[in-house]
Amino acid sequence: MKYVDEFRDKEQARKIAAAIAREADPDRHYRLMEFCGGHTHAIFRYGVPDLLPENVEYVHGPGCPVCVLPIGRLDEAMQMVERHEVILCTYGDMMRVPGGKRRSLIQAKADGADVRMVYSTQDALKIAREHPERQVVFFAIGFETTTPPTAVAIKQARAEGLKNFSVFCNHVLTPPALGALLNSETRVAIDGFLGPSHVSTVIGSAAYEPFAEHYHKPIVITGFEPLDVLQATLMSVRLLNEGRNIVENEYTRAVTPAGNTKAQALMNEVLELRESFEWRGLGLIPDSALRIREEYAAFDAEQRFAVEAQPVTDVKGCACPSILRGQQKPLDCKLFGTVCTPENPMGSCMVSSEGACAAYWSYGRFRGVA
Amino acid sequence: MKLDIKNGRVDMSHGSGGRAMAQLIEELFAKHLDNELLRQGNDGACFPIEAGRMVMAADGHVISPLFFPGGDIGCLSVHGTINDVAMAGARPLYLSAGFILEEGYPLADLERIVISMAEAARSAGVSIVTGDTKVVERGKGDGVFITTTGVGVVPEGVHVSGDRAQPGDAILLSGSMGDHGIAILSKRENLEFETTIHSDTAALHTLVADMIKVVPDIHCLRDPTRGGLATTLNEMARQSGVGMQILEDDIPVKPEVAAACELLGLDPLYIANEGKLITICDPDDADELLSIMRAHPLGADAAYIGRVVEDEHQLVQMQTRFGGRRVVDWLAGEQLPRIC
Repeated sequence: MKYVDEFRDKEQARKIAAAIAREADPDRHYRLMEFCGGHTHAIFRYGVPDLLPENVEYVHGPGCPVCVLPIGRLDEAMQMVERHEVILCTYGDMMRVPGGKRRSLIQAKADGADVRMVYSTQDALKIAREHPERQVVFFAIGFETTTPPTAVAIKQARAEGLKNFSVFCNHVLTPPALGALLNSETRVAIDGFLGPSHVSTVIGSAAYEPFAEHYHKPIVITGFEPLDVLQATLMSVRLLNEGRNIVENEYTRAVTPAGNTKAQALMNEVLELRESFEWRGLGLIPDSALRIREEYAAFDAEQRFAVEAQPVTDVKGCACPSILRGQQKPLDCKLFGTVCTPENPMGSCMVSSEGACAAYWSYGRFRGVA
Repeated sequence: MKLDIKNGRVDMSHGSGGRAMAQLIEELFAKHLDNELLRQGNDGACFPIEAGRMVMAADGHVISPLFFPGGDIGCLSVHGTINDVAMAGARPLYLSAGFILEEGYPLADLERIVISMAEAARSAGVSIVTGDTKVVERGKGDGVFITTTGVGVVPEGVHVSGDRAQPGDAILLSGSMGDHGIAILSKRENLEFETTIHSDTAALHTLVADMIKVVPDIHCLRDPTRGGLATTLNEMARQSGVGMQILEDDIPVKPEVAAACELLGLDPLYIANEGKLITICDPDDADELLSIMRAHPLGADAAYIGRVVEDEHQLVQMQTRFGGRRVVDWLAGEQLPRIC
């Protein structure tokens, strides 16, 4: 497959791995946080750690949109579909996340709620057009990658005069989360970051420069293919060896310094910053999420449907919060693999394939692969 | 008056046991599925049995959409059941077919399905010898559900079973993975995408017969349907109490399937197949078996994909194309698309 196979080439991988082994200082530990769940997934799916020396280690970050959404927000979506009897459209990953009382949208659907899995905001709009008698809510989650399509859908709904379509906006922003990780009092030792790939296509590599400078950490924007990850690892090792805390871009085939300015303008037009938003694992982070602007309030599900916001605590013993902060690894959690498995997830990190626990479980890193 | 197949629809009377049902059976089912045993016209088919061991397998078909690139629920139900019988190393003889029809379903579409079943059975040399028809109210079915049962005879000296994999055995695969599942996905509502992929739905019994003839001591045979290659290998590893090591590089996947999986965030190892088989045999038999498989049209892309190993954890492990290793686990839940 063109443009894919090149980035999974074994020979190239061997060459880069050899360079990492040669250049990594044996007296030093390199702890690199891959921010995105997409990276976590690629690292395990292709067995990237098998190619690295022991002192080069990946720490899994919070960049899994399903994982960082607090349970309370899921419960609010549940209220919309069950109490207000809307058609709730959601991306697939969200369906299995256990909400308060451990109930997921899949279970709510089995109980009669009209939950539909969609692949894009366009599917949700189509459902709204086909069911003018029903209210249709799009459960919008995700980082800057999935935000522009949400903004487009809202604009389209207004242009078409759709009266039965609204968006439950839960979009969050990457840079403030990076800041929160580095500011946290309980912060972990992270030497450098493998920066987001798809997110960066939208916001651009320059967006990370203040962080690299302020926190003295190198950030390498990294594509989602395994060779991208290896190459970015080599670049990080070099930057750390040289003591250069700057932003470098490995993913130049898609990311520019300024990013996609058209998408940024769209987001700006329809959405605005929330003063504060709760992240699972990271707590309240100021200016870290988006809501729908007053001008488009008619398409804001939070304004259209009254729901009771109730903070919900995580399952006792679930280490998702500290796993999302990179303080613990899935194996450190007592629930991992005992009561918490992909079939019966307790925490969100076990639900999405981008979650660190699900990746550990699915690709068997805990089972001492020979 | 004759049944109006062109414009008519299934109604409740077609399942009532009365004249309308008799007419539907006569003018649609019996007409196309015709054979000597069906013509007996009894509630059950009566036939002589051969000496030795027989196999019986049941299968339910609820596929959506009913018509898809490369097939439909009709031929799929015949192939699926023949394959279940053949995976015991058996020669399939007879099938039964039970139809659950939804009120309002067009008779013309039903006829297309029945003709497709008849053609699949005929070309496989297997007869559909008994059947049943029920009708459920509109909204209580999904057009057509078909349940089938197959019986077959196991040749003497053949003992194929999922619990016979032994450390050292070779694992062979008859062809490319994921064609069926991707063909179906391409036609699902909300997900329609352009593809040239066709379902691989096919009856594998003649391939199995060729294989058994040359290597009667095949240890295991299984068709990787739902859950795909990954789940089927795990099933056999557990049944046999062994581990398996496979090589990603050697598992055939068509570029179009790989591309669709890439786009949808799916793993081809977990996608359903309806015309492929996995076989596990003594390593000394592997080369011969592989050349026999490759000589059959349904095994042209057959490949050696790995071996059975001792492993108390009964893991299926894969050497990735990239040079790393990973465990290939059972499918958890449904394979859901990733969002970013």
